[in-house]
Amino acid sequence: MKLCARGVRIDFWNERIKRNLRVLDCIDLDVREGELLAIVGPSGCGKSTFLGAVDGLVKTGAGDIRVDGVSVDKPGADRAMVFQQDSLFPWRTVMRNISYGLELQGRMARAEIRDRAASLVELVGLKGFGEHYPHELSGGMRQRVNIARALATDPKLLLLDEPFAALDAQTREFMQVELMKILARAKKTALFITHQIDEAVFLADRVAVFSARPARIKAIVDVDLPGQRTLESKLQPRFRDLQERIWRLIEEEAERTGLMTSTVGA
Amino acid sequence: MTSVTNDLVVADVQGGPSRSLWARHENMLLGLLAVAAFMLFWEFSVVFGWVNPLFTSSPTRIVAAGAAMVRDGSIWNDLAVSGLEFALGYGLAVIVGVPLGILMGWYRRFNALLEPFVNALYATPRIALMPLIIIWFGVDLSSKIAIIFLSTVFPILVNTMTGVRTIDRDFIKVARSFGASDGQLFTTVALPSSVPNLLTGLRLGLGHALIGIVVGEMYGASAGIGYMMQTAGATFQTDRVMVGILIIAAAGMALTQVLRIIENRFEGWRVDHRG
Ligand SMILES: Nc1ncnc2c1ncn2[C@@H]1O[C@H](COP(=O)(O)OP(=O)(O)OP(=O)(O)O)[C@@H](O)[C@H]1O
Ligand SMILES: [Mg+2]
Repeated sequence: MKLCARGVRIDFWNERIKRNLRVLDCIDLDVREGELLAIVGPSGCGKSTFLGAVDGLVKTGAGDIRVDGVSVDKPGADRAMVFQQDSLFPWRTVMRNISYGLELQGRMARAEIRDRAASLVELVGLKGFGEHYPHELSGGMRQRVNIARALATDPKLLLLDEPFAALDAQTREFMQVELMKILARAKKTALFITHQIDEAVFLADRVAVFSARPARIKAIVDVDLPGQRTLESKLQPRFRDLQERIWRLIEEEAERTGLMTSTVGA
Repeated sequence: MTSVTNDLVVADVQGGPSRSLWARHENMLLGLLAVAAFMLFWEFSVVFGWVNPLFTSSPTRIVAAGAAMVRDGSIWNDLAVSGLEFALGYGLAVIVGVPLGILMGWYRRFNALLEPFVNALYATPRIALMPLIIIWFGVDLSSKIAIIFLSTVFPILVNTMTGVRTIDRDFIKVARSFGASDGQLFTTVALPSSVPNLLTGLRLGLGHALIGIVVGEMYGASAGIGYMMQTAGATFQTDRVMVGILIIAAAGMALTQVLRIIENRFEGWRVDHRG
């Protein structure tokens, strides 16, 4: 197992109601070596919080998170996060954004860092844009840099928090295919949060459905699509079945907590 | 669509190498034309006797007064004295204001200690301190440096502090996620993200520094542009006063322009320029 989470509980102090709010309630989750596991669930249920805990940014109240058998208590080089908002440093060029993690580690020589950043620029298909600043790039390009920055430190586990949420539908589909290629080339294990069920089914080997807050794992759905996945896969009946099933699971949660009353198809 | 936007659209469409001199510099030329018209009007008002040049001076008189000051060499000494006061006062304000602003922005406790003083002094018109400064420093160079320093240091300090304090939380999360230490968070996130604010502080400080020069020298001095204006004014030499005003205005515009250019270069660093 790459990631092993057992009984993870997280409470946040809520200033408005003046008491602790349980966000995660006993999360058990395993991520296998080399797999891409997608997390879906109602908005505000605690998905980002869980990812933050795996990254070591958020302290757990109870339970244990292990990456390669080692307990997580602070951020480490074996994990890297691609954040929900594209949070590239506006004062750094593409190259220097990508090399940020390596610069902090201070283990590699400058020339070595440059070479690695340059190869990542190529990997994410941004050749020729290395010396551009983020504000000179499109949204899709910025998210590529965001992903490259996380890949630069060669993490064993990649954490992606809705990386394509801010993109338009067309760019998003394109980036889904790109991410699949990039991850295959880089041979990474990844944990991926998304609100798009089709994105989850398309990219993931398994999809974990979080319940409404306080979140537990409601179900884990195996994505057993035959053959190579392409955008056409989204048209297969099997793909639609899976999408439908996951949608119903989320809908149940939303209805249970009164977030949604009407029934909408997938 | 208003006529203003219409003009802009037309100017845009006409872009390209074939545009005439007029089309390329229309705004600047219009400005020059207006200034020239004003000068002519001013000059002829005096020539036709509509106004008394003893009060209003006139463009040719100002030029003549300026030329005389260059010929007898007095202007160079005044410029050198004021220039030195400015360089030392403003330089000191940067050396003190930027680090203090950074520390106050970064360390909550340090800020709590100094904030009352900064707030009180920032809110006080610095001119009100002039009598005290004269008592402490006398009327020579040091009192001018002191007033210029006091005028300039607060806008620089406060803007730098704001820059450091308003770091985007997302950037802190990214840095922490990559394992940044407190020191690394400071050098790789806090410092660069405060640069645009810092530059704004430096630019605002300039204006205050020029006020400091004039006020400081009017209060008691033996040389300098402000001193020259003060003595010329006391003896009704309006032409010479006008020369002083022009020098101060030109210096202010030139220095502000330089800093504006530098600021523009760092515009892309502003966080709100993301996507
Ligand atoms: N630092 C914090 N302090 C207090 N409460 C927090 C904090 N971070 C998150 N929360 C609360 O925890 C809950 C879960 O937030 P989280 O961001 O994990 O949800 P999410 O599932 O990622 O939502 P979304 O799908 O909208 O991104 C929310 O109710 C939120 O208000
Ligand atoms: Mg979230």
